[in-house]
Amino acid sequence: MVPLSWYLVLAAFIFCCGLLAALARRNAIAVLMGIELMLNAVNINLVAFWRYGAAVEQLDGLLFALFVIAIAAAEAAVGLALIISVYRSRKTVNLDELTLLQG
Amino acid sequence: MIEQLNQLIEQLLIQTAPTVPSIQQVVFVMLAIPAAVAALMVVLARNLFHSALALVGTLFAVAGIYALLEAEFLAVSQILVYVGAISTLITFAIMLTRGMMYGATSPLNRQAGTAIMIMGLLFAVLSGLVASMPWPENLVALETFSWGIFSNRITGEAIIASLGQKFLTTYLVPFELMAVLLLVALAGAILLARDRQ
Repeated sequence: MVPLSWYLVLAAFIFCCGLLAALARRNAIAVLMGIELMLNAVNINLVAFWRYGAAVEQLDGLLFALFVIAIAAAEAAVGLALIISVYRSRKTVNLDELTLLQG
Repeated sequence: MIEQLNQLIEQLLIQTAPTVPSIQQVVFVMLAIPAAVAALMVVLARNLFHSALALVGTLFAVAGIYALLEAEFLAVSQILVYVGAISTLITFAIMLTRGMMYGATSPLNRQAGTAIMIMGLLFAVLSGLVASMPWPENLVALETFSWGIFSNRITGEAIIASLGQKFLTTYLVPFELMAVLLLVALAGAILLARDRQ
């Protein structure tokens, strides 16, 4: 049997990779991909805790993960539309060059 | 004399025999290693499209992990929504925003060194936290739980039937709000990305 800690360590690793992509990449679309990785890591945690918990028949972990997937879809759509709009007006998606709000 | 020698050899072999991993552990490692490697490639790939393909690989492996955790509906939903829709959206966005010098410069920005150090620390802290608690080692079989009015069905069907029932009874408000959210997000995305002429 797979111990629960293996799933949690895998989810922690994918979360750290996603956070690294969100912080350290130049391209805005790569930042969005990092956000999707973080949401997937959180989903792994939710489903693992649901499966190894006491009240499996409540299905709360599974439902939470389904809602997270739906919200991630909505957020990816809006984020990518924003990036396309920014590209149209500024001809770049390089985050180093999008410094209008920088102090 | 020979029986004692045999017993001694048997005890020695039992004590030094390597523990054979169970098949679930083997399958988990076969799914987790590609997931971890692909997640690392999303961060470090020079070409943006390689990052997108690595993201698709991660999403497939994570769907396999859901199937290993006996959440098959979630695994199929993950493939349909994430791989089918979101990855296609990301690919379209990459195609529509060409213009960066892919492969010429480093994909990481100025704060990448600090970020890598902090991520290493974060992963160490999380792993230490996970290792310090006595988590359960074994699953409880799904058949031992009572699935309410669906207990007469096989477990996979009973889970999906309970899911449908919960969506319309306990979780009705989030369900309807999710529909409204998706509509608003769709309308907003079209409004933001339309061609203004």
